Amino acid sequence: MIIGLDVGGTHTDAVLIGSEGILRYTKVVTNSSKLFESVWGALVEVTQDVPPESIRRIVLSTTLTTNAIAEGKLEKAGMIVSSGPGIAPEYYRTGEHYFTVSGSIDHRGREIQPVDRLEIEAISARLQAAGVRHVGVVGKFSVRNPAHELEINELLDKSFDYVALGHRLSGNLSFPRRIATAHLSASVYSIHGKFFQAVQESLQMKGMDLPIYILKADGGTMNLETSLTNPAQSILSGPAASVMGSLLFASKDQETLVLDIGGTTTDMAVLIRGTPLLEPFGIEIGGYKTLIRGLKTRSIALGGDTSVRVLDGKLKIGPERKGPAMAYGGPAPTPTDALFVLGKTTDGDRESARAGLDPIARKLGISLEETAGRIFDQACDMILEAAAHMVAEINGKPVYTVHEVLEGHRVKPTEILVLGGPAPHFAQRLAALTDVGIRVVPYWQVTNAIGAALARNTSEVTLFVDTERGIALAPEEDFSQSVKRDFSRDAARELACRLLRIKHQREGASDPEPEMEVIEESQFNMVRQFHTSGRNIRVKVQVKPGLIPEYGCILENPIGLPAHA
Amino acid sequence: MLSAKSKTGLVFFPAFDWAISPTHPEREERLLYTQDQVFEEGLLDIEGIVEYKPDLAAMEDIRRVHFCHPDEKSVITESHLISAGGALKIGVELVERRIERGFALVRPPGHHAMRVVHGARGFCNINIEAIMIEHLREAYGIDRVAIVDTDCHHGDGTQNIYWHDPDTLFISIHQDGRTLYPGSGFHDEMGGPSALGTTVNIPLPPRTSEQGFLYVLENAVLPILDDFKPQLIVNSAGQDNHYSDPITNMSFSAQGYAELTHRLQPHIAVLEGGYSIEGALPYVNVGIILALAGVDFQNVREPDYNPDRIRQSRDTSEYIRQLVEVVMDAWSSAPKIRASNREKGGFAQRDLRIFYDTSGILENQRETLLVCEACSGTLRIDSRTDKGSRILAVHIPRKACVRCREQGYAWFDSGEIRNYDSFYLQDRTQDQYFVRRK
Repeated sequence: MIIGLDVGGTHTDAVLIGSEGILRYTKVVTNSSKLFESVWGALVEVTQDVPPESIRRIVLSTTLTTNAIAEGKLEKAGMIVSSGPGIAPEYYRTGEHYFTVSGSIDHRGREIQPVDRLEIEAISARLQAAGVRHVGVVGKFSVRNPAHELEINELLDKSFDYVALGHRLSGNLSFPRRIATAHLSASVYSIHGKFFQAVQESLQMKGMDLPIYILKADGGTMNLETSLTNPAQSILSGPAASVMGSLLFASKDQETLVLDIGGTTTDMAVLIRGTPLLEPFGIEIGGYKTLIRGLKTRSIALGGDTSVRVLDGKLKIGPERKGPAMAYGGPAPTPTDALFVLGKTTDGDRESARAGLDPIARKLGISLEETAGRIFDQACDMILEAAAHMVAEINGKPVYTVHEVLEGHRVKPTEILVLGGPAPHFAQRLAALTDVGIRVVPYWQVTNAIGAALARNTSEVTLFVDTERGIALAPEEDFSQSVKRDFSRDAARELACRLLRIKHQREGASDPEPEMEVIEESQFNMVRQFHTSGRNIRVKVQVKPGLIPEYGCILENPIGLPAHA
Repeated sequence: MLSAKSKTGLVFFPAFDWAISPTHPEREERLLYTQDQVFEEGLLDIEGIVEYKPDLAAMEDIRRVHFCHPDEKSVITESHLISAGGALKIGVELVERRIERGFALVRPPGHHAMRVVHGARGFCNINIEAIMIEHLREAYGIDRVAIVDTDCHHGDGTQNIYWHDPDTLFISIHQDGRTLYPGSGFHDEMGGPSALGTTVNIPLPPRTSEQGFLYVLENAVLPILDDFKPQLIVNSAGQDNHYSDPITNMSFSAQGYAELTHRLQPHIAVLEGGYSIEGALPYVNVGIILALAGVDFQNVREPDYNPDRIRQSRDTSEYIRQLVEVVMDAWSSAPKIRASNREKGGFAQRDLRIFYDTSGILENQRETLLVCEACSGTLRIDSRTDKGSRILAVHIPRKACVRCREQGYAWFDSGEIRNYDSFYLQDRTQDQYFVRRK
């Protein structure tokens, strides 16, 4: 049996899945200030009377780090940044303990200016004196040559609890994003570590000494150990959980739009033949543009609880949520109230819903039912418009070769999967508004927890080879090797795959022979004075987001979902 | 958080799968390090800088500008359609007011491509700036346009296309033609009789540095632009004036390029040449993008930048000062001469000898212009090459008067085609293009 748990803004969901399908499901109210209690409460409930040894693994997706960022409750972190020429690094200041230092590396990875050791030692002393325990160290082009970051790390001489080195976080270029990512890593390190150590200890006390996996923003998992040194990967795993859950039900030969309609927001994602699309550089959260690998998701401020009003004679939905629907005792009318008026939902106070919509109907001069219909239609239109915008943005992504411009594939979803609270009602209406096939994800109430439970490990390796300089480098893996002039693209691909396999095992993969794919590959002849002087090869390989294969039973044995306890 | 003062559009198209030949300066690798630098600096994340996909230029876009012989497909590749389409995209976004500045960071370049195209010259096949400008004129009614060409090589293609057009101001700042390809662009090249003065050439001596370029900008380019009052300023932003460029001899820098862009404030910049792919392009392009967007570029410089080492000599400064005086005198006296030429009327002829260094073709042209008081005049080009081609090409300008238009059709319709491969006619009054084959 396996467990999947997803903490959401309102509820925490957990599922217990066995070889027969979903065995148990629970939903508890999330208490953001006491997140551990929510997680623990849901875990206790879902594992009640289950023999500990029969549980094989547990995957957790929490809002812990995401909330810490959103609420500005970050630990104080130091940043040591070396840039050399370019945009002045002062623009990327992350807070009080931000130091720009000497040292610079160019785009080929050549040292332009060395690190000033005395400068680093002085900064180290200042950080320690200020009580800073976590530090990010970032250099421009450190993914082309990590020597300076490594040297600074050595000079810090284990005086800090955690040092986030920029080149270990991602193989992608982007100095500002590297700074943001290292800063977030250092800032959430102990929040993340303390929380999951507590979870692990509590489980052990219950006799459950089982592997714990953390869901990442890219819809993959990593083992607890990996997450402790790379905590930023756990940021924004929430949307990924739902997308991964919907994967089980998506057609493997189509392009799919996933709509997760919640109380406050609707989150959307695109699947290409059963694989979710990733952000090209990394996710954006709380104003930070990062290098954290994540699914491409778009969130709009429109959900079942979004408030509805009339503005300048026009119906306006959102963007704010003032509370639950009036049918559930909330303060303002919402699309959910419209569902009550239309008689589609009945488990609340229909009269309050009617009373809430009444002033709107008067202002618009139409009947109550017509008003409800219009609210509902407008909400559906807004969702479809945002989805069209997202698809256009995906298709607008620039490409850099003649071949890609001419052959460029355009994404055009041919099915829509809807999940979340009001999913069935919305699906019905959306179906009338578009000619794309629409389906409601079965188990739409727990898709997120299923997604967490079934997600497999994902990994990525970026390899950079410069045969003129005679180096092969996989910065995230702390790997470098000297290479000869004749080092080929094939050899590079093979090396990248070998590194990926090792990483995949280390980070907790369940499959020894993962399905690897090359996502980027290029080779340039380097010509100097009209002679080929070397090759510049770049390879990026990944194990893509997907589901562990053992639990297809959920599809094959669609047993009824047990009512939650 | 960094944000752009002016919303700036960027088309980045490095054509990573296209080269003239494997070891040619115009090869796959050319913008590789620029891409690395642009990505690493995070320029595309700056609020107010947007990246667009290039459009593909259409045949009619090319036919508005060029006479391609024997036809368009024979003298261009898809890559040219994309690079022209990249410039086009920026132009359209700008005129539609979705951006305030734009940069087409594309290859292959275009400023050596002339009106008649038999092949490639100076790594250029079609003129991507002209294709963009004529599209904007046709689709949006833009009229007065200035092109400031800051490539190290004389923009002889652009000059050729706009030689007879008084509504297009073409200013080229370049290394003196006595010392560099294509060997033209002397200050007395000022445009045809009907457009005299709207071509401005400022040939600078080798080893001119920041000081010289900025002097020319302040004392010639900006005052001339002030007089001309263009609706649109396009910068042919070649980057081979850089001190590290392998095929030129100037001493310009990334700081200098950024400062020049900042002061010139072009609406649109289009990449032209520049072949110091590691030492210059990554830094110059970052500088230009930041300057266009109005973002602080003071810290952008090459790793080996040393202003003392590249400082120009006193003689050079003095030479440039005198040259600028000559250029400005000519600029002020040109309108009178132009008016008197047009009053006189008649047919003006000139012979051109054009070498296509990239394709190895030698072309001889005889141009005949109907000099007209009412319009800029219809142009007839009789062109033959050493490969045995001969064509007659007639260009009726955008604002042609009835008489000039009729003259154009007369040349095209009643000419004796026996000795030619083809006749071509561009009727810009109707946005039409005709071909007569033997």
